Amino acid sequence: MSKYLVNLTINDIPVSVPEGTTILAAAKKLDFRIPTLCYHEDLCVAGNCRVCVVEQVGGRALIAACATPVSEGMQIHTNSAVVRTARKTIIELLLSEHNSDCTKCYKNGNCELQSLAHEYRVGDHVFIDLVNGKHRSIDDLSPSIIKDDSKCIRCQRCVRTCDELQGVSALAVAYKGDHQKISTFLDHPLVEVVCTNCGQCVNRCPVGALIEKTYVEEVWDVINNPNKHVVVQTAPAVRVAIGEELGYNPGERLTGKMVTALKRLGFDSVLDTDFTADLTILEEGTELLTRLKRAVVDKDPTVALPMTTSCSPGWIKFIEHTFPEYLPNVSTCKSPQQMFGALAKTYYAQKKGLKAQDITVVSIMPCTAKKYEANRPEMRSSGYKDVDYVLTTRELGMMIKQAGINFQNLEDSAYDSIMGESTGAAVIFGATGGVMEAALRTVYELVTGREVPFANLNILPVRGMEGVKEAKVKIEGCLPEWKFLDGIEVSCAVAHSLAHARKLMQAVKDGTAHYHFIEVMACPGGCLGGGGQPIPTNEDIRAKRAAAIYGEDEGLPLRKSHENPEVKMIYEEFLGAPNSHKSHSLLHTHYLVRKQY
Amino acid sequence: MADVQQIIKDVTVVYGKERKALMPILQAVVKTKNYLDDQDLISIAKALDLSAAEVFGTASFYTFLDTVPRGKNVIRVCKTISCHMAGKDEIIHAIEDTLKVKTGQTSVDGKFTLLSANCLGWCHKGPVMLINDKVFPELTAEKAIEILQKYQEED
Repeated sequence: MSKYLVNLTINDIPVSVPEGTTILAAAKKLDFRIPTLCYHEDLCVAGNCRVCVVEQVGGRALIAACATPVSEGMQIHTNSAVVRTARKTIIELLLSEHNSDCTKCYKNGNCELQSLAHEYRVGDHVFIDLVNGKHRSIDDLSPSIIKDDSKCIRCQRCVRTCDELQGVSALAVAYKGDHQKISTFLDHPLVEVVCTNCGQCVNRCPVGALIEKTYVEEVWDVINNPNKHVVVQTAPAVRVAIGEELGYNPGERLTGKMVTALKRLGFDSVLDTDFTADLTILEEGTELLTRLKRAVVDKDPTVALPMTTSCSPGWIKFIEHTFPEYLPNVSTCKSPQQMFGALAKTYYAQKKGLKAQDITVVSIMPCTAKKYEANRPEMRSSGYKDVDYVLTTRELGMMIKQAGINFQNLEDSAYDSIMGESTGAAVIFGATGGVMEAALRTVYELVTGREVPFANLNILPVRGMEGVKEAKVKIEGCLPEWKFLDGIEVSCAVAHSLAHARKLMQAVKDGTAHYHFIEVMACPGGCLGGGGQPIPTNEDIRAKRAAAIYGEDEGLPLRKSHENPEVKMIYEEFLGAPNSHKSHSLLHTHYLVRKQY
Repeated sequence: MADVQQIIKDVTVVYGKERKALMPILQAVVKTKNYLDDQDLISIAKALDLSAAEVFGTASFYTFLDTVPRGKNVIRVCKTISCHMAGKDEIIHAIEDTLKVKTGQTSVDGKFTLLSANCLGWCHKGPVMLINDKVFPELTAEKAIEILQKYQEED
C-alpha cells in the first residue's frame, strides 16, 4: 500500500486513506457499509454485480465502490436518492434472473441476495421473471456439492475461487448474454470433471447456486432407529468454528459444549476423529521412517520421496488428476475420518460386543470433500461402508438448532470411550502445518528419544498463513536402531490451498525443490478454512480459528500422538504395531489415476 | 481429418504458449474442420496449460466457434429484424425443403449445416445468408436454392 494519503469525503465526512484504497474500503473505515455481492475479501475484484454503486459528485455515472480506487478531493455519497434507486433496481434485475423460491431454498436465511432484497424491500414482479423456460439445470450427482443454475446470479465468486485459491478451474463462465452460465468442461456433472469437492465455492457462493449435499435427514433417521448404534466422530477444526453457527464470535473453543450437544441430539456414542489423527501420526510417521530407511540404508532407487500427507481428500483428488505420476509419493494412510470408520466397525464393534452391520458411523467435518471420500469404493475395509454419513460444521449447527437446544447454556462434557481420547498433536491437524508439526513431535522423539528441539513443542516455522512454508530439522544423537539417520537434516514443506500445492508440486517436479516430507491441505488455512465451515470465512476469521486451535493444543495435558493412551492400547490389543499387516488392511489405501482434463 | 496437433503447433510458433494464443488456435481449428470436438478442446487446454473448462467457456462464448459437429458448409441465415421483414422466413423454408433439414441440423450427407444468425450487417441488402465466410445478399427463395445447388455440385 502506498505511503501517500488521499483525502476525500464520504457522505460529507472527511477521510484520509492510502493511495490505491478502494472506495469500499474507505467507507468501511468510516463504518459505512456498502452492500456487495460479487466482492469477496479472498478474491480479486470483479465489479460485475454492481450493487456496490455509489455516487461521485460531478461524475457522469455511478461507480462501483469495490472496483474504484479513491482520488484526491473525491466526494462520495453512498446512500443518496440516485444511489438508492439504482441499487434497488439492480437488486430487482438480479432477482428477475434468480429462482426466488426462497422458502424452499437450502440457503434460506443465509443468502446474501435474500438479505439485500429484504433490506431494500423490493416489490413483486417489477421485472419479468426470466428464470423459467431457460436451459437451467440442477447437478446433484456429486455426493458433496449441488449446483443449481436457476439460483446463480453469475457473480463469478466460484469461478475466481476455483482458479485463484485452488488453481483447479473446474468452473468457468460459458456462453453469453442471457445464456451465460457457470459451467464445467462441456457442462459435465461435477463428479465427472477435475472438481476436487473442496467446497471453497460453496463457502463463497452468495446465494443457493452451490450448496453442500445435505445428509441431515438421513442422520435423524438413523438416530431414531432403535436397531442402530450410531457413533459420531468430530474433526479437530469443527470445535473452533461451530460457535459461529450458533451466535458466537469466530475463534471460540467449544469442544465441551459441542460434545454435550451431540449427546443431546441422540448419538449413542460421541467420539473424536482426533483419536485416529493421533493414530495417523504413528502410521504415517512409521511409513516416512521406513521410506527414509529404504533410501538411506538400502539405497533403493524405487523409494518415492518426498512423501506427502494424505489426510485431505481435496488434495488426494487433486493429485490424482493433476500430478498422477506422484501418486506413489502420497502416504498410503487413510485420512483420520476413514481410519475411524474402519476401526469403528471392527475394533470398536468387537470391544462393545456389537455387530458391524448394526453400527452407523456419522462424521462431523469442516469439509465437503469428506462426503466424496466416504463414498469412495476403497473405503469399505470393514466389509461395510466405513463412514455412513458425513455432515459439515454448518449441518451440525442446523441439527442443533432443529433440536431446540440452547447451546450457550450447555455444560461441558467429555468424549465417550473408546476412541474418544486425543492429544494436542491431533487437535492441530485442523490448521495448516498441524500434521507436519504433530509428525515431527512424534518422529523426532521416536528416533532420538528426546523431545523435538522447539520451545514448548511449538514448531513455529510450520505455523501461519503463508502459502508454502518450509522447515528443516536436523536429527542428531539417534537411538541405536535409527543410527542411519544421524546427521540427516529432514527437509519439510507445508502448502495450503491447492493453488499453492500446485506450485509446490511443480517445483518438486522441476527438480528445483527437494524435500523429504510434504504436508498439503486443500483449503486455505487448512481444515479450519474448509469448505464445510461456517459462512463467511475470510482471512481474519481463519486467523481466529487458528489461534483457537493452537490454544486448545497448549491447554491439553498430552501433546504428542504417541502418548495417547488409547493409541497405545489399540496397538497392544488389536493392531499389533504401526504398519502391521492388520494396519495395512484397515488403515491404508491406494489411489487412482484420473483424467487430467 | 485435420491434424489439430499440427494446427496448435503452427499457431503457437507465432503466438507462443500464452493464453493469448487461445483465440487464434480456436479460430484456426474451426477454419479447418468447422467445429471443435471434445478432444480438440482438451488438446488445446493441454498445450496452453489452461483448464479444459476455461477453453470450453471461451469457445462457447462465440457463436462462430462451434463445439458441436457441423457440416462441410455452414449456412447462417440472418434472423434479425431487417432480414425478417425482407422475408428471411421464406428463404429458410426453401433451404429446409431443399436440404431436408430443420434450422440447427446437419444434412445426412454431412455437406450442410443450417443455422440462423444475428445481424450480419447487411440490412440494406436483406435477406442475407452466409455460407462459411461468403455473404449472399438480396436473396429470393430461387436464388438461395440455386446457390445451394452450386455448392452441392462442388464435389
